[in-house]
Amino acid sequence: MVAIEFRDVYFRYNEDTPWVLKNFNLKIESKETVAILGHNGSGKSTIAKLANGLLMPQAGEIFIDDRKITPTNVWEIRQKIGMVFQNPENQFVGTTVRDDVAFGLENRAIAREEMLRRIQESLQQVGMEAYENHEPHHLSGGQKQRVAIASVMAIHPQVLLLDEATAMLDPRGKKEILATVLSLKEQLAITTVMITHDLQEISIADRVIVMNKGAIFKDTTTDKLFNSHQELQSIGLTIPLSVQLAIELEQYGYPFSTYPLKQEELIETLWKSHLKM
Amino acid sequence: MKSYMIIGQYVPGHSFIHRLDPRTKLMIIFTFVFIVFFANNLVSYSWLTLFAFAAVLLTQLRLGYIIKGITPVWFLIVFTLLLHIIVTKEGPILLEIGSFAIHQGGIERGLMISWRFMLLVLVTSLLTLTTAPMEITDALEMLLGPFKKLRIPVHELALMMSISLRFIPTLLDETEKISKAQASRGVDFRTGSMKSRIYAIVPLLVPLFISAFKRAEDLAMAMEARGYRGSEGRTKLRQLQFKRIDYITAIVYLAVMIMFLFLRQ
Ligand SMILES: Nc1ncnc2c1ncn2[C@@H]1O[C@H](COP(=O)(O)OP(=O)(O)O)[C@@H](O)[C@H]1O
Ligand SMILES: [Mg+2]
Repeated sequence: MVAIEFRDVYFRYNEDTPWVLKNFNLKIESKETVAILGHNGSGKSTIAKLANGLLMPQAGEIFIDDRKITPTNVWEIRQKIGMVFQNPENQFVGTTVRDDVAFGLENRAIAREEMLRRIQESLQQVGMEAYENHEPHHLSGGQKQRVAIASVMAIHPQVLLLDEATAMLDPRGKKEILATVLSLKEQLAITTVMITHDLQEISIADRVIVMNKGAIFKDTTTDKLFNSHQELQSIGLTIPLSVQLAIELEQYGYPFSTYPLKQEELIETLWKSHLKM
Repeated sequence: MKSYMIIGQYVPGHSFIHRLDPRTKLMIIFTFVFIVFFANNLVSYSWLTLFAFAAVLLTQLRLGYIIKGITPVWFLIVFTLLLHIIVTKEGPILLEIGSFAIHQGGIERGLMISWRFMLLVLVTSLLTLTTAPMEITDALEMLLGPFKKLRIPVHELALMMSISLRFIPTLLDETEKISKAQASRGVDFRTGSMKSRIYAIVPLLVPLFISAFKRAEDLAMAMEARGYRGSEGRTKLRQLQFKRIDYITAIVYLAVMIMFLFLRQ
């Protein structure tokens, strides 16, 4: 089944501004984990908002779970595709963690008993069950984003869409979110789309889509991404230090089967490669 | 920056008054505010005062803390008293200094009005001291529920209130951050004439407003993405339930007020 499909989509914010997306096509299969990369202004958030029906394309069609988004069914579609935004502070609606998770459930007229059950369930999924009655200003950025993920998961969506959900977090918060997304992926068969400009984060994705100026620049797998590192640099993406080092080392005759995204991975590959020699 | 007056400052606790349903407290205070104006002799004033102090005792809060909390209002109470003493020209003259005279009626009237005022402030501050702001919001939403029929957007107002409450700490943090940033650029908030201090507020308010609007925009987007479409067809997690103590309180309150009717002239 196809979770998200963009078919010949055209979109611009104003009549007199250039197209942000022009004849855009994208297909994401159900249960895939996809990372969407790209520099600022390459159209990543626009894609997310179109997929969620927050924006409507000027031309072309968008399908979620094989159903076309129309103004009449957009509320049902939003139940299938949950979205987490960048700023942890500005998407926390409730006065406490549990009120915030409840917000989406209340909007969907879920009965109270079921609501209580789902709040427990989704807070457990993100490891925030101990914070049920906490107020947002007593939580760290990473914890707030985990609550945002729980709020989305409580609706039982088919797709989890994170639009730079880690961009405003410290390294520890980033780690928390990645671990949460990874564990959700293992627990539930859910389609995950992670929009990011942090190349470290693609490690948990199966597929990587690189955006440039409103078009797909590269559609590849995580291991193969850095085979074309020069091109990536040319569109303004920063290659992680470990990959840069590996590329340099290759020129001195140390081959890498895949480029390491983390320092530990690099070390691991290095001492093993030394053993082989 | 973070310390606000305790009018509106909730003190968590488990006292009798804390455990009352916020709707019960709201209704009692709302009616009390009217009833105070019907007190017209020493006995009826004393009776209401007794009631107020019984309520204070039941909160298990330190009296000193409550009195300190209404300090900003003391000024007004004393002012009212003085105003009445000076303005009212009734009854025998007690003291005469040149052309200025203090009448007995003035003292009586002044004492009564400021006493009334103090009772009002004391009792209403008990509400905010023992009830979380969110509980007050819930209570208001439920009590005003019937007004939805008159197309008054009760749910929307309650949501606005809860979102404002939720963002108060955020905006206070931000104010602190901006004021530090501006102070480091040489803006002086603390010294100088009144006028220059008011001008110094401008570089604080402008960025604060810009960011508040950005937040509002983000929040609206997030709420829409989470399926918010107004009050229609919504369920509610927060629920209020009258319990036994609420019924007991209601009966006692009613008895107190009937007694009051007999005591006044
Ligand atoms: N609300 C908006 N109004 C007008 N133009 C916008 C708006 N949001 C984004 N854009 C423009 O659309 C383009 C793509 O933006 P966006 O999708 O936010 O990129 P990304 O998320 O990849 O940084 C940018 O050129 C940006 O300036
Ligand atoms: Mg973006």
